[in-house]
Amino acid sequence: MPRLNEIKSVLVIGSGPIVIGQACEFDYSGTQACRVLQAEGIRVILINSNPATIMTDPEFADATYIEPITPEFVEKVIAKERPDAILATLGGQTALNAAISLHDAGILEKYKTRLIGANVDAIRRGEDRQLFKEIVASIGGESAGSMICHTIEDCYKAAERFNYPVVVRPSFTMGGLGSGIAYSKDELTEIAGAGLRYSPTTEVLIEESILGWKEFELEMMRDYKDNVVVVCSIENFDPMGVHTGDSITVAPAMTLTDVEYQKLRDLSIGIIRAVGVDTGGCNIQFAVNPADGRIVVIEMNPRVSRSSALASKATGFPIAKIAAKLAIGYSLDEIKNDITQETPASFEPTLDYVVVKVPRFNFEKFPAADNRLTTTMKSVGEAMAIGRSFPEALQKALRSLEKKGSSFSWDQISKSKEELLVEAGVATESRIHSVQQAMFLGATVEQAHEASFIDPWFLAQIEIINKMAHLLLQPGEISEKMLRDAKRLGFSDLQIAQLTGSTEDDLRKRRSILGIHPVYKTVDTCAAEFKAMTPYHYSSYDYETEVEPRTKPAVIILGSGPNRIGQGVEFDYSCVHAAFALRAMDFETIMINCNPETVSTDYDTSDRLYFEPLTFEDVMEVYEAELAVGPIVGVVVQLGGQTPLGLAARLQAAGVPIVGTSPAAIDIAEDRGLFGQLLKDQNLRAPKFGMAGSFEQAQKIANEIGYPVLARPSYVLGGRGMEIVYDEETLAAYISKSTEISLTHPVMIDKFLDDAIEVDVDALFDGEELFLGGVMEHIEEAGVHSGDSACVLPPTSIDASLTKEIREATEKIARGVGVKGLINIQFAIAENLLYVLEANPRASRTVPFVSKATGISLAKCAAAISLGKSIADLREEGALPKSGDGIAQGISVKEAVLPWNRFRKKDGSGVDSLLGPEMRSTGEVMGRDDEFGAAFSKSQSGALGALPTSGAVFASFADRDKSKCVDSVKALAKLGFEIVATAGTAKFLADEGIKSKVIRKYSDGLGPKGELTAVDSIESGEVALVINTPFGSGPREDGWRIRTAAVARGIPIITTIPGLKAAVLGIAAQQKGGFEVKSLQDWLK
Amino acid sequence: MGNAFFVLDDGKIFEGESWGSDGETYGEAVFSTGMTGYQETLTDPSYHRQVVIMTAPHIGNTGMNKTDEESLKIWVSGFVVRDPSPIVSNWRAQRSLEDDLVAQGIVGICNVDTRAITRHLRECGVMRVGIFSNMDLSREEMVKLVRKSPEMSGSQLSAEVSTEKKYIVPAIGEKLFTVAAIDLGIKAATPRLMSERGIEVHVFPQDVSMEQLLEISPDGVFLSNGPGDPSTMVEVVALVRELLLKQIPIFGICFGHQIFGRALGFETYKLRYGHRGINQPVLDKTTNKVEITAHNHGFAVQAPVDGSFDTVYGKGEVTHVCLNDGVVEGLALLDRPAFSVQYHPEAAAGPHDAGYLFDRFVDLMKGGIHAAS
Repeated sequence: MPRLNEIKSVLVIGSGPIVIGQACEFDYSGTQACRVLQAEGIRVILINSNPATIMTDPEFADATYIEPITPEFVEKVIAKERPDAILATLGGQTALNAAISLHDAGILEKYKTRLIGANVDAIRRGEDRQLFKEIVASIGGESAGSMICHTIEDCYKAAERFNYPVVVRPSFTMGGLGSGIAYSKDELTEIAGAGLRYSPTTEVLIEESILGWKEFELEMMRDYKDNVVVVCSIENFDPMGVHTGDSITVAPAMTLTDVEYQKLRDLSIGIIRAVGVDTGGCNIQFAVNPADGRIVVIEMNPRVSRSSALASKATGFPIAKIAAKLAIGYSLDEIKNDITQETPASFEPTLDYVVVKVPRFNFEKFPAADNRLTTTMKSVGEAMAIGRSFPEALQKALRSLEKKGSSFSWDQISKSKEELLVEAGVATESRIHSVQQAMFLGATVEQAHEASFIDPWFLAQIEIINKMAHLLLQPGEISEKMLRDAKRLGFSDLQIAQLTGSTEDDLRKRRSILGIHPVYKTVDTCAAEFKAMTPYHYSSYDYETEVEPRTKPAVIILGSGPNRIGQGVEFDYSCVHAAFALRAMDFETIMINCNPETVSTDYDTSDRLYFEPLTFEDVMEVYEAELAVGPIVGVVVQLGGQTPLGLAARLQAAGVPIVGTSPAAIDIAEDRGLFGQLLKDQNLRAPKFGMAGSFEQAQKIANEIGYPVLARPSYVLGGRGMEIVYDEETLAAYISKSTEISLTHPVMIDKFLDDAIEVDVDALFDGEELFLGGVMEHIEEAGVHSGDSACVLPPTSIDASLTKEIREATEKIARGVGVKGLINIQFAIAENLLYVLEANPRASRTVPFVSKATGISLAKCAAAISLGKSIADLREEGALPKSGDGIAQGISVKEAVLPWNRFRKKDGSGVDSLLGPEMRSTGEVMGRDDEFGAAFSKSQSGALGALPTSGAVFASFADRDKSKCVDSVKALAKLGFEIVATAGTAKFLADEGIKSKVIRKYSDGLGPKGELTAVDSIESGEVALVINTPFGSGPREDGWRIRTAAVARGIPIITTIPGLKAAVLGIAAQQKGGFEVKSLQDWLK
Repeated sequence: MGNAFFVLDDGKIFEGESWGSDGETYGEAVFSTGMTGYQETLTDPSYHRQVVIMTAPHIGNTGMNKTDEESLKIWVSGFVVRDPSPIVSNWRAQRSLEDDLVAQGIVGICNVDTRAITRHLRECGVMRVGIFSNMDLSREEMVKLVRKSPEMSGSQLSAEVSTEKKYIVPAIGEKLFTVAAIDLGIKAATPRLMSERGIEVHVFPQDVSMEQLLEISPDGVFLSNGPGDPSTMVEVVALVRELLLKQIPIFGICFGHQIFGRALGFETYKLRYGHRGINQPVLDKTTNKVEITAHNHGFAVQAPVDGSFDTVYGKGEVTHVCLNDGVVEGLALLDRPAFSVQYHPEAAAGPHDAGYLFDRFVDLMKGGIHAAS
């Protein structure tokens, strides 16, 4: 059947900011959906608050609304655009929840529009645990014993019935937010209490524990004719008890016979039918008891999910793309398989390789957080690797994480076998290493299994790797066969070098002499049964390579690897743009990346895709393989963040042409000494700084330049390990924590500019001309990491002469460094003086935001410049304006989204939500309007922390902030807010003529008549907004309690004075009301 | 472990390691793309005289067990995998795969690029192959030996796989029908699925006579799957023609489908590299729905896919086609109670989507020619 002809326009709901549990996989799926709908001639309307997405590029929709994904704003879009249908199954839980709210509020009916892809009843049946359980039973399946609870007392009763431990799962939250395992009544009180609060329906499920069982997941698709296919089976390496997002997962399932697999398949088909997912994708999770094969259905997602993205990349079957086609009325047999271009999509992919996904964690940024893995997702990204065997894929995946210690190692095991086995009993990021090292020290597969419950098959495969390591460790020259065998098991040159006392370079030479190189196989959905038309490759040490010859000159683009805090979707965005721009310039584009969530790893994005780790060795092999089949112009390293940039010098030394900014230029910007000299030569001001290889040096430097100072390790992204140090004592503590400090890894000590305004600039430079993309003023003061600070474009408090000065300084730096392409510079303005903080000769995190605000694709231009175009050329072509710099239309505010609610300390209390020089945000949103207040308000709504319009405000200030807060607090009172404060603050406010209600400090405890403390009052929901600026450097008990209570209760919290000022403007705008929505296309007219 | 060679008819040689039994073996090289179900594949008589290449790299992970056997022995003449499992991990496993291969004298080879072999067969078509494991032969000698081995085309293999004596699989629950199944290489799952539907299945040797069949007054006759070239099955084809005249309901699968096609007067032909896997999309033209099915066939029936056709037994039509390549996957007569499918509705291994075909057979036996559609 052709598509549903009555559908002429579709509203696609995106997933908003990147948060833990909902990352750029939904940009990948949403982008595919938009492309499909546009290709069908349907008018595409899109709402997504996240500017760092490809889907929100103006060309992917007819009307793109970068507005908050709240029922209020979605309704405004519907009212304005009157879409025939709404597609909400490709935007994660955010889109699905928005769709349900709109339905429940009668808005869909009011505007005579409807959901396609899944209906509300099906969503409810899939997501409501009780309904879902009934469905599972109705088709003859089994669920874990469970009880729905709405009060904590119900929870206690349930736990008595099932015995501890019990699993707590709040309803309608994403990424397992608020769920956990309770081993005791105390733990239950805490976890279930929080869960009840997180659940929009105040509902949690208390469930029988199936910890330690095997876990499987099936990705399904169904069309309106009731054709159902299983796209992929996934087996978790980690047994039940760890959230799938935090588990190492493997495709296809490895330890099921056909009989057992078909049982899962039959159940899945039964469930998708009974739930009534009419068209589209869903996934279903199962637990299987390893002792007797008892199958328990865990849950389903009646929508495209993170696992769907993984399954798409793992199989070559583009789930989101096909889901979009099914939603508009196609059936599976009417859709061609992209890869074979011959066979239909109504088949089940079969794999002749193994896919391993490993999660990427960022616990080092939350040192207080409990690092045990539970059913609440905590990872911030993932890497995927493909190999012809599990050991090969696993080792590639581990090195794709690009994290110290993520690859297996065999030397310097400081723990005993017994200690490691104990460690293996607790699920953590490093459990796989504990298991591997225990077995290396002699633990048997059985012992490792008993300790970890990891399936013996996986353990036996790791044992194969360990055995190889033992062989390599034996004295004497390793034979060619041993080298071949080791490479076949996924060992990197570096690992082999470490085991054999050689160096990576020597190993590489040796391999080259012996002709030991990987071959490149193809992901083709069909295990080679049909010819693949898409060059989607992965390496393997096997026999036959499938890289086709080509005649067009190629450009290799290095992606950014797994998402992590500080290096997220923004960099993938730039890489994708480069692929588009270079293809348009008639180059053959070759992408190398290992992040399955991204658009860059969609086989549609570049001409060739290599799903490979971004290490020197893996990149070199791709380069050589491609060089053997056709000309290569060069490699683009400046768009994927620090990962490719870090490879640039070594690649160049190995003879690889780097296009754009040269590694030598990169070094000038990154080496503080060289950069300092450049600033000096150009008469540019910078905070005083020094580099210290020891505490004594640090002390000396700090005394010279004066406290406060900013201390940080060199060469890091995202402000890792950065701290503002106010005195010598803290400095000593900082240095003693920095275990890696040495002359080769010095610590940098910068003068910290208190109360300065920070400014971010993104610019293009071609060697001659500068194009200033945008100047962003940070809302939080310098000292808060630029990635965590809100910012506004154009700046609101910088005058023309400063702006001119910024432009001049930018040009001097760009020229001095020798940039060819993008540069990002951070400036600070203190007492009206401009300071240069740092320069990064690469695409920055703000490139997508600037591009959205100005309508200019900086990344595309940068790619073009690196391949020889000039800014004048780009002006001529229309990629840049005929003259002048980037001009932002309206006021755009970028706000960061922080993951505080994901992390708890070991005692279950929350981690502190203070902003600082260490970046901790996972994502961002954009709010845009004609004036700042409205734009800021939108940004807060989009960032899941909507400002209140009325109610009580709890305010507490650090002494140094008191004088600065008066105007804002007065304004809040004038706007009708009740001000609540503790005695000290209240007195100060009274002195300033501001009336406030006095409340007890947390440390004072409840009053004699049961008067609440500030914390109780926040927890009970009596407060609509919390303002708490930190006292000095260390977290004080009261402030921390207040902040964690606000985070736990989901109450917006402001921790800086500039943030407060902005909020006041936002609230005022909200009270005025009448926010309008305006599409990107209209803004850019 | 020692050296082993996988030597193709066209002279292409892949070197790997010995696995399973040492020695030499010959057969037709075919690849199977199923990611699960190696045990069912090994014990499926249809793979008699075939050397099976598994495209899934890790084989043997779940070991071998009694209940998943499709027959009493391993039938493949050689087994080719990339990474055999060092251990067995499954609660139902009773033995390891390699132990079974050795015990039954099956020559295997591992650590070869199975994808390269598959691509070669895809491009060049299936051909004869030999595996030489721990043998002291030159490359030329090995190729010569392969070229001396028998071809699949023109091979009559049913007698080698069929039961010697009739046996009965009783109906589960109330007995509703009696079916005579002609064993051309039948799998255990087929009579089991029929018995679950109240059918008492009498499994006959492949050389059964009409008299022997009629002795049990069957409500229907089932033509099983099996190995070999359907054009050699002259006697069974003649038997089917007689059955058609007697209007006894017939259901054929795989090899049985090819025989049914030949009985209707169609030719059979050899596919370049066959269908072997459990992910094949087949369109049921009568319902317009797609089912994901298990296939194992190297030959196919040449019949007009669109509209109906005439036979001496009246009108008929192609009921099923493979959506990958348009191959005829199902036939039915419109005026007589007989139909067949080229694939495996018993699906062991494979998805259970086509199980409804046994219900169609039951409907056919209940009466009404059109019950099937």
